[in-house]
Amino acid sequence: MGKFNKKKDGGIPAVNTAALPDIVFMLLFFFMVATVMRQNTLMIENNLPFADQVEKLDKKDLVMYIYAGKPSSNYKQFGTEAKIQLNDKFADVKDIAAFIAAERASKREELIPFLTTALKVDSEANMGLIGDIKQELRKVNALKINYTTKKGSVFGRN
Amino acid sequence: MAKRAAPEVNAGSMADIAFLLLIFFLVTTTIETDSGINRKLPPMEESEEDVIIKQKNIFTVLLNGKDQLLVEDELMELKDLRKAAVEFLDNGGDGSCDYCKGARDAASSDNPDKAIISLKNERETTYKTYIAVQNELVAAYNELRDTRAKALYGQTFTEMEADYKDVNWPGNKVKLKEKIEQIKVEYPQKLSEVQ
Repeated sequence: MGKFNKKKDGGIPAVNTAALPDIVFMLLFFFMVATVMRQNTLMIENNLPFADQVEKLDKKDLVMYIYAGKPSSNYKQFGTEAKIQLNDKFADVKDIAAFIAAERASKREELIPFLTTALKVDSEANMGLIGDIKQELRKVNALKINYTTKKGSVFGRN
Repeated sequence: MAKRAAPEVNAGSMADIAFLLLIFFLVTTTIETDSGINRKLPPMEESEEDVIIKQKNIFTVLLNGKDQLLVEDELMELKDLRKAAVEFLDNGGDGSCDYCKGARDAASSDNPDKAIISLKNERETTYKTYIAVQNELVAAYNELRDTRAKALYGQTFTEMEADYKDVNWPGNKVKLKEKIEQIKVEYPQKLSEVQ
């Protein structure tokens, strides 16, 4: 019977980690594909509201982003009132016209009618600011807008 | 010369390198939200000629600075708004709308084409509430369109729109577009915002 008790030399065998790189690579590729590098550094709080009747924005390159919200904790010196952010800096309502013009100039002419303005506004902001933004957008004839929201039910979110 | 076997490359640290990259991408990832409620703003030019709209064809929704909701001069909870809007839009008071399933109340809207929802908010209203109200009103329209599309084509309106946007959808898109337009004509989205 000596044939069968060869493996008696004891100890737990080491776990085989040869497949570890494969697993890590798999995760790595997932995150590489899913990553979208942020275009703008946000200087405001941007906790989007929830809605469930949402439509997807299809053409990413035809979207102009306007952010609004109260300055985040690093920018306390700008006060606690909700502010607009265009590109990388705080802006005033009257800067929107110039921003839209610049965005339009950077696109091909035939694409201009398809440009959409996405409003990424913090859920705590008040409608006065949004009303001003909308009025300004109407003035420059940028009429397609999208209120960017997170997907979820609107109820029970207080 | 004797042929020597190439020495094996030590791949032991490959996992470390992969981890390093993985952690970098983990940290930098923000899954961007790119969906929302689409709206079209009214153009700027002032048309001075006032269109006369009967009071019964207007469904007024008022949001005050304390985020309270006043619908048709009555306080209402947000959760009841969708139902009230559906009832108003689907009323079909003048009988010209043969697909309406509403109460046909003469005091409410004439038909979906004439029915207008008017939304007014104050400067102090929070954005969150405004979006919630917008969402409920859009939901009311979608609900009506869905039931109508289901009765006509055996498919909900939302599914039809999703198919239309899907590049891999095998069906006839021209026909589908016609169907979508038909539903949109039957239940036009007339949501006006008071400045």
